[in-house]
Amino acid sequence: MTQATTSKRFEKLRERDINKEVFVRELPKLGLIVMDSPGDPKPSLRIHEGRVVEMDGREDSEFDAIDLFIVKYAIRLEAAEEAMGLGSLEIARMLVDINVPQARVMQVFSGLTPAMIAEVMSHLNVVEMMMAMQKMRQRKQPADQAHVTNWKENPALLAADAAEAGLRGFAEEETTVRVARMAPFSALALLVGSQVGRPGVMTQISCEEALNLRLAMKGLATYAETLSVYGTIPSFMDGDDTPWSKGILASAYASRGIKSRFTSGSGAEALMGYGLGWSMLYLEIKCLLMVRGAGSQGVQNGSISCIALPESLPNGVRGVLAENLVAASLGLEVAAGNDAMSSHSQMRKTAKLMLQMLPGTDFITSGHSVMPRKDNLFGGGNFDAEDMDDWLVIQRDMQVDGGLRPVNEADVLEVREKGALAIQAVFHEMGFPPIADAEVEAAVTAFSSDDMPDRDSVADLAAADAFLESDKTALDVVAALARSGFEDVAESVLEMQRQRVLGDYLHTSAILDKDFKVLSAVNTPNDYTGPGTGYRVAGETWESIRDIPQALDPYDLVDGEAPDDRLRLASSGVSKEGTQPEVVVAVGPAFGTVMNKTLADLRHAEVLRAILDGIESEGLAARVVKIWHGADLADIGLSGARLSGSGIGIGLQSKGTALIHKKGLAPLNNLELLSMAPNLTLESYQTLGRNAACYAAGRAPHPVPMKIDNMARLRLIVHTALLHHREVRQIDADRPVEDLDVTFL
Amino acid sequence: MSNENVENRFRFPIGEHHRAEVRAKSGRQLDELTLEDVLAGNAAADDLSASAETLMLQAQFAREAGYEEVASNLIRAAEMTRIPNEEILEIYEALRPGRSTYYKLLSLCQRISSMYGAEHTGAYIREAAEVYRDTGLLKMDNT
Repeated sequence: MTQATTSKRFEKLRERDINKEVFVRELPKLGLIVMDSPGDPKPSLRIHEGRVVEMDGREDSEFDAIDLFIVKYAIRLEAAEEAMGLGSLEIARMLVDINVPQARVMQVFSGLTPAMIAEVMSHLNVVEMMMAMQKMRQRKQPADQAHVTNWKENPALLAADAAEAGLRGFAEEETTVRVARMAPFSALALLVGSQVGRPGVMTQISCEEALNLRLAMKGLATYAETLSVYGTIPSFMDGDDTPWSKGILASAYASRGIKSRFTSGSGAEALMGYGLGWSMLYLEIKCLLMVRGAGSQGVQNGSISCIALPESLPNGVRGVLAENLVAASLGLEVAAGNDAMSSHSQMRKTAKLMLQMLPGTDFITSGHSVMPRKDNLFGGGNFDAEDMDDWLVIQRDMQVDGGLRPVNEADVLEVREKGALAIQAVFHEMGFPPIADAEVEAAVTAFSSDDMPDRDSVADLAAADAFLESDKTALDVVAALARSGFEDVAESVLEMQRQRVLGDYLHTSAILDKDFKVLSAVNTPNDYTGPGTGYRVAGETWESIRDIPQALDPYDLVDGEAPDDRLRLASSGVSKEGTQPEVVVAVGPAFGTVMNKTLADLRHAEVLRAILDGIESEGLAARVVKIWHGADLADIGLSGARLSGSGIGIGLQSKGTALIHKKGLAPLNNLELLSMAPNLTLESYQTLGRNAACYAAGRAPHPVPMKIDNMARLRLIVHTALLHHREVRQIDADRPVEDLDVTFL
Repeated sequence: MSNENVENRFRFPIGEHHRAEVRAKSGRQLDELTLEDVLAGNAAADDLSASAETLMLQAQFAREAGYEEVASNLIRAAEMTRIPNEEILEIYEALRPGRSTYYKLLSLCQRISSMYGAEHTGAYIREAAEVYRDTGLLKMDNT
């Protein structure tokens, strides 16, 4: 038995990002269990004379305020008898079955108790949950939400970032504040910037509830998602709310024409010390029933800022998808989390994201940072400005709509400038502390707020206070924009105000398109019923997702076809089998005549000369022949070997891949192969020539020098395909092998 | 805009199908609020607030689409268009845990039902009062 206690491989593993995380075993009594806690109740529902007298094993006399809210407002008793009579496994299968439409599943869910819903979820694996999510998402088209903040709370940078977020395709933008008193200015900059980027983007500011409502009433925000609910009463009390107080806020927002959604998520209760032995999912289901009962159109869930807690436990990421799915199945809009930092490991973050991105949720994230992490005032984002291109490439890879669209740098700079200039004009017109031209210029090109000049924050805060207290509203902003030449932005900001009068966007999963047309579960419901139905990435959507600006015309990758002007290869007739000791160098059909360089960018003349030099250095004769009948390397090499007096031949493709072959061997059983053409140097080819000569003379070969670049294949695979295609096109199947007279020019 | 037989006459979304008919809380027609009006100072906050009638219509659309709970919320919202901002914040405060006695909540319910015709919102507050009483969420000292 070994005396060793450490392994060098384990040492490396311990240093990996994944092992910076904390992992713990389940501890149900503290609520540290994601699904299926031994403390979770068994499903039951008894209705007597139109009243629920027992739910999930508890008599009505034992109900707390949450239970009472749920039975009063969330469970439809007329649906409950049939729904609770179905087996949980049967309901789980309905979720996955493409022949059961979304409406039928929603009807069943409208009559289920929290414990029954938890039991249904426990039957589903993540792939089944994703299939179900694809069907149960409320809005037909998925979308994404942006987080827009900056550490210096600079309004020009905020407006520029908001404009960029709109251009990138975000349907909603959320900001928050470091200093609460800046809220009026930050909300204003977000509103103006967003409408520059894309008319119809909805905006919100996350701040204290009463302030939030005041800013929305001023017309500076069109939605709110700060309404938190909790699954246990002590947690609710710590949040200083009840289901009824949150419910009345939902009505209050709607009464002012403001869309709202609630917030909940796995782990909040355990984190607050009141998990009470129940699983995180069971508690979250209670939250979701309260959200539904309050009549909110939707929720942001998916653990949100608590995400690291379920992720420390077994089943955590599955449980979080389950809570998204429950929300959708209850008919709620879902902004699916993926906003707060979830892992040190990029691989783990991406794996988790796929669960929401592939099936699509109403908002794939509850906030995708358009800035670098240090400017994210939500406590650091899970996905940041630097991740934008990864996101876009994943969309293109999977033909999936993650809510974003590729953009051109020039277009981004243009909208950023316009956003910054527009907010500068508003500040000027409304008598706020001026935004200097230098701030506008810096905001256009900034990476982060480090690139921004400092502002007089005392003056800003005083002006923000005065703006809040004044009777100035978004209408004054509209006038300021119009007076300074931004009529189009003024018109968009005004139309966002008119939308409050219409109230169309108060409905489930509503967003506005660039023409202010509402897209919601009411008028564009998700009609997925299997392949060929529902939201498909096709037509113009696919074109825009497909056409990332990095994508080149394949022909731009390689120079045009041309012979190597430093090499003359003249046919001297059909090759015959040799009798002398020699090495035959067999080149591919395009070599030197149609193509002139290898993948390593080496001239054909130089490669051939290196091989011939190598052969000559061992004192052997060389013969160069051209293979016309094929482009396969083994075929080229073996054809040369068969003609060779020594039985040894070198095969050389035009892209530079080369080998040594021997007469009588099987095609794929060569003597030496230089397969990584991009890594080869002239020295490699010279050594290959020497080695072939050594084989022919019966001497020991030399190692071929190679530089190792494991990524070369990634970079050059398209080049390889294009260059090899050229070789293939020169094939003349019936033409015999020809000897070549070689002249170096 | 009438609330009778709305399902026969109106189509969702109203911004697309009935824009010319929509009136703001102030009674002003939505399409009579132009950029020129704003520049001329001829626009007030109530011109950009939803009317109770519009929210009732939206409630009807929600119900027809199967979102009954959203509909109930929009009905409360329609009633609350008549309640001033400060009073809305007072109602919220009263419903927070331990803020109100049973009788305070009942009188709040009566006041908003009678003063603002907010019958559904009133009922919601009364239901809260009963639950708060039964589950210990009322203000502790007696008033």
